[in-house]
Amino acid sequence: MDAVFHASPYIGYVYPNETIIPWTVMIVVYPYMTGLVAGAFSVSSMYHVFGMESFKPVARFALLTALCFMLFVPMTLLLHLGQPQRAFNAMITPHLTSAFAAFGYFAAFYSILLMLETWFAFREDNVIRARNATGIRRSFYRALTLWSDDISEKALSFDHKWMFALAIIGIPSAHGLHGYVGFVFGSLKSREWWGSDMMPVIFLFSAIISGIAVLIVLYTLVSKIRKTPIDEACVRGMAGALWGFLMFTLLLEGLEFANVVYKAKEGIEVIMEYVTGPLFYRYFVFQFGVGAIVPIIVLGLMFMRSVRGKAFIVGAVICSLLVLMNVFLMRWNVVIGGQEIAKTMRGLLTYQDPGGREGLTAALSVLSGPLILLFILTRFLPPWAEMSEEPEPTQ
Amino acid sequence: MKRRPGKGKTRNTGRRAFLRSLGKAAASVGAALVGGAGMFGHSSTGRAAVAKPAPPEIPGYDWNKHRWGYGIDANRCIGCLRCVEACKAENDVFLSAHHFRTWVERYVWLDGEERPRVDSHADPGNIAASGSEKQFRFDNRYRDEKVYKAFFVPKICNHCRHPSCVSVCPTGATFKTDDGAVLIDHSYCIGCQYCVQACPYGARFFDPRTHVTEKCTWCYHRITKGLKPACVEVCPVNARIFGDLNNQASDISKFLRENRVQVLKPETGNAPTCFYVGLDKEVS
Repeated sequence: MDAVFHASPYIGYVYPNETIIPWTVMIVVYPYMTGLVAGAFSVSSMYHVFGMESFKPVARFALLTALCFMLFVPMTLLLHLGQPQRAFNAMITPHLTSAFAAFGYFAAFYSILLMLETWFAFREDNVIRARNATGIRRSFYRALTLWSDDISEKALSFDHKWMFALAIIGIPSAHGLHGYVGFVFGSLKSREWWGSDMMPVIFLFSAIISGIAVLIVLYTLVSKIRKTPIDEACVRGMAGALWGFLMFTLLLEGLEFANVVYKAKEGIEVIMEYVTGPLFYRYFVFQFGVGAIVPIIVLGLMFMRSVRGKAFIVGAVICSLLVLMNVFLMRWNVVIGGQEIAKTMRGLLTYQDPGGREGLTAALSVLSGPLILLFILTRFLPPWAEMSEEPEPTQ
Repeated sequence: MKRRPGKGKTRNTGRRAFLRSLGKAAASVGAALVGGAGMFGHSSTGRAAVAKPAPPEIPGYDWNKHRWGYGIDANRCIGCLRCVEACKAENDVFLSAHHFRTWVERYVWLDGEERPRVDSHADPGNIAASGSEKQFRFDNRYRDEKVYKAFFVPKICNHCRHPSCVSVCPTGATFKTDDGAVLIDHSYCIGCQYCVQACPYGARFFDPRTHVTEKCTWCYHRITKGLKPACVEVCPVNARIFGDLNNQASDISKFLRENRVQVLKPETGNAPTCFYVGLDKEVS
């Protein structure tokens, strides 16, 4: 049996067992991906529930994006577990006092909900595709419709009712799933950096901005690849939402930090040493500065000066990329940051990439999984409005 | 939380028997569904569906009759680290400077310094002095300094009354026994390390050989046979005290009666059952 472990260097005094940092970058990617799911679903709901027409071009794409990321979320946890083959223990005998025990149920429930919503959203298209196709393609699309080929007006209005209802359930579910990830960290009293009532709320808001940002980036990227015109009203709508939610997120994160500093509880010395030392660039410069304040100013200026056309799209995409970096850093600074501050409150550890199945390469591979799946899925289920009733789904 | 002997026992036995049969039923249904019991890793214990396991089947031992407690007199500790060595040997604890069920901290105030310098035998300097990650000693780094005050503090799992490690465990693999110990069912642990995070005392670690979490058990295999934990057994100065709180004449009862004791990090609400004498405000 190989006994491989990666001890972290430290300064000051840390408990001997703490030198092995338990949660790696995989647990950074886990909330990052659930956040993208919740955020993407929010974008989809803006059209499906709130009827905001400007979001229509990306509504179904957002749904597929959420689904693809959701299917890969459990992978992060499985790669982290010491005994992944026992993962279902948490579902078979959930220990109800554990914030983690419900994950399996939440994730399963939400995945099913997402699949149902997607099924309804693409049913009409799939029926038409099956009718226009022959042979294996026909059977494939018929199977995708689960052999329900009624697309009469009555049937479609029934579909819409269901989609609306599912989206209504989906909004609290998506946000519940993600807020609960925040609770996993916020409910721990062992770490001053985590144990905060605001953690679930901060996670939620950063989830929403990451979801909107990823859709702005993916939508413009896909439009470029497909050589189709970018719907500027749609990007404008998303950028506006991003701008608003980003300000809330920054405010909440700032408040959280102000609370820690102002309360100045035991161990504040080491926290200050940490944030002004190793965390300075990751936290103040990149997460707060480049990742939040810069996009807020740029988006604000673009709206104020009514920038339009290509300049707006480029600006929005750059801001979205910065926000995606911001949210990844926020996850990193919470998950890894919390563990770099020793429980002794007398020392600081330095996280080092363990490599292997829990390393950065594996994490980035998992993160790219949903994008590859999304690329494949959009071949079979083109979510684009102008293609919805064409007989041939691919060019 | 005190259990009334006799009355409670019968009630508990009935409930446990019921839960055990429920567990067996759930385990077999689960096994049938997936088509193999091996997947669950613990089907033989038949305790699926219950967070709290049935009492261990140890001949002649009834966990309802005991309530264990642990005491540490930091004034007595000389930092010889026999306890650490004994623990590693007795419990096959992974031999490294990063995996400990018990450890000893050294607090040293030098003349004119406001805050202590703290280290443990796992400190790189001390490992260098011992010559190996598998042997432990404190180096003599303060030999030429003017020491104002110094002492050792042994640390161990606090076997809390309200253990945060138990409450966060998603499967119930870690649990509080009725006699007061916090144990882990290694065949049921999924290795998520949420408990490692939740423990405010850093008492848990992930065993790189078995890929599950490890911790002090108070040498459960020894105490249920009437022996003392290995660390208590080998301590040459009686700095570590162990016994049955139900027994007025036990070492621990005497220790608690005769001393004003403290616990570590009381503000967490974890309510440790490891009691200290001779702590300092700087010890956390």
